Amino acid sequence: MTNLPNTDIIIETTYLIATALFILALKWLSSPTTARRGVFAGELGMLLAVAGTLLNREIVEYKWIAIALVLGAVIGVPLGEVAMTAVPQRTALSHAFGALCVTLVGTAEFYLRAPNVPPFLMAVLSMEVILGSLTFTGSLMAAGKLQEVLPQRPITYKGQNFVNLGLLGIAIIVAGVLVAHPEKMYLFPAIVGIPLLFGVMMIIPIGGADMPTVISLLNSYAGLSAAAMGFVLDSKLLIIAGALDGASGFILSVNMSKAMNRSFSNVLFGAFGQEQAGPAAAQQARPVKSATPEEAAAILAAANKVVIVPGYGMAVAQAQHKVRELYDALTKRGVDVKFGIHPVAGRMPGHMNVLLAEADIPYDKLLDMDEINGDFPQTDVALVIGANDVTNPAARTEASSPIFGMPILDVDKARTVMVIKRSMAAGFAGIDNPLYYLDHTLMLFGDAKSFVGNIVRELTGGGGHG
Amino acid sequence: MKLDLLTSLYVFMLAAFIGFEVIRRVSPLLHTPLMSLTNALDAIAVVGAIILAGVVHERHALLAKILGTIAIVAATSNIVGGFLITDRMLKMFKASGPKKP
Repeated sequence: MTNLPNTDIIIETTYLIATALFILALKWLSSPTTARRGVFAGELGMLLAVAGTLLNREIVEYKWIAIALVLGAVIGVPLGEVAMTAVPQRTALSHAFGALCVTLVGTAEFYLRAPNVPPFLMAVLSMEVILGSLTFTGSLMAAGKLQEVLPQRPITYKGQNFVNLGLLGIAIIVAGVLVAHPEKMYLFPAIVGIPLLFGVMMIIPIGGADMPTVISLLNSYAGLSAAAMGFVLDSKLLIIAGALDGASGFILSVNMSKAMNRSFSNVLFGAFGQEQAGPAAAQQARPVKSATPEEAAAILAAANKVVIVPGYGMAVAQAQHKVRELYDALTKRGVDVKFGIHPVAGRMPGHMNVLLAEADIPYDKLLDMDEINGDFPQTDVALVIGANDVTNPAARTEASSPIFGMPILDVDKARTVMVIKRSMAAGFAGIDNPLYYLDHTLMLFGDAKSFVGNIVRELTGGGGHG
Repeated sequence: MKLDLLTSLYVFMLAAFIGFEVIRRVSPLLHTPLMSLTNALDAIAVVGAIILAGVVHERHALLAKILGTIAIVAATSNIVGGFLITDRMLKMFKASGPKKP
């Protein structure tokens, strides 16, 4: 008996230190120069907390714990080594795993405690399993869409929001009944099962370009469900870790919805798959100017200042390494090259930065929208690679446009705009892009990777005119 | 019980404020690593799963053991995978060399 409190103090101390290390980890992540130290702090905190937990004297059997830890590590290593282009789906999958853990623990806690569950505990427990299970299936669906195992095209039907909100409403009502009558244990499977279904339904109407918002939102839900689990288990460490994760996901969701000019409530209430702007009005073929790689190379070589605007198309074409060669070739000629990155470019927040960093482009050349937009009027060439809607000037000028008001990269203000694109097909939002018809816009038709490769060959191999 | 609950709510509220203040400062450059790092930290839920799987329960012992064990696997894969990929990503972010001494 005398020994027991001592162990408890040791355990609680490890949790306290772990908490401090977790907060430091996020603080150090604020700058690329200290960020890796942040990861180390996180790892140390995690190690301490897990080691401390294993000291718990009430734990009698370690066999299954050990097997599970090893198995988890075996699954975790390949998930940590996926290609950088697969990071969005990996992230979605990890949200699913986190939510699965929380849901399973919550379920077990209910059956261990029922029927004597005090109202508040039942309320947070319900929140834990509802958020956990909808995040689980929602994230699996998102991962499936990102991995292109599932159709990426948003699937919508009449009354979709009604059905979805109805499902969520029923789950919340059942949870309310359980709070009042925890002895009605037969109701519990409903607050796991219905949200599982809701998670699937929630992602069905989501298209690729909405993924950054959705992933951030699922991140936030995963964090909140973990914080709820902390309330149930009375673990301050878990409450804090969950709150940090929830806050992070929330901030990112708000950023993403601002960058797409959607109100946050619009995003929260399952209206991601926005009313599809009716069938694109029959467009008369307007003339565009196109250019060959040779012409593009000549214009780029004559420029002083070039801004490259990458989008998801660059990731799809795996063109980031060719873009790096272009960056090198131009920099060598004394051209000032920067990258302008829209917050929702790609499939998750920060996606483009990671791909370009992987291709060894220095991070101080990667500027976000607010930093770069003032530069476009002094820019000789804006080169758009695989981005569309985020450069559409209609968002600034045409009040009738579905994307009106969305903050965009002002590439049209550059002296020359070059757009690498496969064809004239409209972007995700199905909206025509007036940028393409401007007098100073040149369309470079082709695959991003091979087109950039051809420009690089002209710039390096050509040697003057030959 | 009531006081514990209140303390927990205070802890949650303060942690949320700290989270907002700290994370607001993270450059958009690092938003992908931010997400993978917070995901790994979130997997601290493994602590609850370990206790669930290891402690003796009078009723539903088998259920607790099975669910707890699966939960440990899920959380551990997030811890290991999350820290690994975050570090891999951050390693790639380099400043332009020649400009700095």
